[in-house]
Amino acid sequence: MPDRIARRITLAIAATLAAGVVRAAEPYGIGRPATPQEIAGWDIGVSPSGAGLPSGRGGVRRGEAVYAEKCASCHGAYGEGKPMDQLVGGFGTVFDMKPHKTVGSFWPYATTLFDYVRRAMPLNAPQSLTPDEVYAVSAYVLFLNGIVSEETTLDKDNLAKIVMPNRDGFVSAYQSPSVGAKP
Amino acid sequence: MRRPRGGSPEPPTRVAALSVTPLQDLCGIITPNGLHYERHHAGTPTIDPLEHWLIVHGMVQQPMIFTIEDVRRFPSVSRIHFLECSGNTQNWRAPKPELTVQDTHGLLSCCEWTGVPLATILAEAGVQPEAKWMLAEGADAAAMTRSIPIEKALDDALLAYAQNGERLRPEQGYPLRLLLPGYEGNASVKWLRRLKLGAEPFETREETSKYTMVMPDGETRQFNFVMQAKSVITFPSGGQRLGPPGFYEISGLAWSGLGKVALVEVSTDGGASWRDAALQEPVMSKCLTRFRSPWRWDGGPALLASRVTDETGYVQPSREALLKQRDVRSYYHYNAIQNWSVAAGGVVTNAG
Repeated sequence: MPDRIARRITLAIAATLAAGVVRAAEPYGIGRPATPQEIAGWDIGVSPSGAGLPSGRGGVRRGEAVYAEKCASCHGAYGEGKPMDQLVGGFGTVFDMKPHKTVGSFWPYATTLFDYVRRAMPLNAPQSLTPDEVYAVSAYVLFLNGIVSEETTLDKDNLAKIVMPNRDGFVSAYQSPSVGAKP
Repeated sequence: MRRPRGGSPEPPTRVAALSVTPLQDLCGIITPNGLHYERHHAGTPTIDPLEHWLIVHGMVQQPMIFTIEDVRRFPSVSRIHFLECSGNTQNWRAPKPELTVQDTHGLLSCCEWTGVPLATILAEAGVQPEAKWMLAEGADAAAMTRSIPIEKALDDALLAYAQNGERLRPEQGYPLRLLLPGYEGNASVKWLRRLKLGAEPFETREETSKYTMVMPDGETRQFNFVMQAKSVITFPSGGQRLGPPGFYEISGLAWSGLGKVALVEVSTDGGASWRDAALQEPVMSKCLTRFRSPWRWDGGPALLASRVTDETGYVQPSREALLKQRDVRSYYHYNAIQNWSVAAGGVVTNAG
């Protein structure tokens, strides 16, 4: 390598060091802290523990009205499906060659129902339902599946306690590399 | 309640829920951006990049918000990786002869992705030791969510903002997507707006009612992330027609979600005999590898197949071997050997 090129590289490295190159382990100081109010506005998720469930409440009868207005056109008058997913029934068909995987026959957590309706439904106006409406329509879909009674009102204290019929049907295929298994 | 920035819950757009890559017409390993497969769960959102922020919160030392400008200031990397939908290749039932490789394998693409290692940005927030899972949420109309193991998030996960040299296409998650090399495509959440660290998986709809595999032994498997090794011949393939007897170069693609392709074998007699194919260099990890094998066609019937072995020693199974482990009820992660039937006269059809 010609001396002048080598010198140029050395100078460039020295200049870079002088300009304050950071090591990978140091924080870069990019971005800004999120405030609790901002986090509250963004975090619409609900965990199986019930963490994230909002205040509010809704019962089966109110849910029937919400369902008829916002859901029945896609999921059928009683959750029988068509044109979109079947929500009700199908018990005992999960292992059939043509299964009916519904909220009742397949879904392991009631919190997933609340979370998904809240974030993604109805298809033409996602995130337009109030917490009361999401509780109510969740209660109605669970009632249609025979999982809760007609008198049920759901809120953040009782929704996560519902035991879904297929709760024990699922196993995780993921094994953490830290316990010595292949990912 | 304050709405998340950039995540306006607009109604889904009227676009196809999926489109497939024309593998039979492509050369090499790179998928042109306009031909990358698409799979949407509620359409493609229109996002103003100046209004789109990424929030990192949950089990972190300091919850953080990053603008797209912020994300682009971090040290970047470019890597070439495949993406494959785990619903790709529905050959569980009797094969339909008329299917092309675009029909059977088109939920597969490969691009150079540029972005920031996710570990860099997570370090900026400081992941707490108790955090084992990370929820990734998109800004589409479904606000689609998946739970990702922390080991993957801190390993080779990317926050990608560019694809094959240009900014992401809207259909691929503009302005920011997660890119999880080797994992089923659905987990690489597009239009990424939120990452929440937690101790347990969040059990979202897309990891319970969908993307789970019902097994013959009576259990339903969740979190089937890794795309196992798979290969397919793209020429000659279904719907094509050979010309006169004589020399043809068999060509195809092989890949593994666990690492590099080590070996591809090709058979022209339905698996009775195999010979090694040539692999196009460079062979990269969790990336498509182009293979080629010379063939003198005698003009008679032939059954073409390819079989990949990856660097972990995993060998792509035959359809019969896969069907012994699980069947159509598992739906996802079909990775068996693909056979193409060549008839006397040269017409090529799907043989499953």
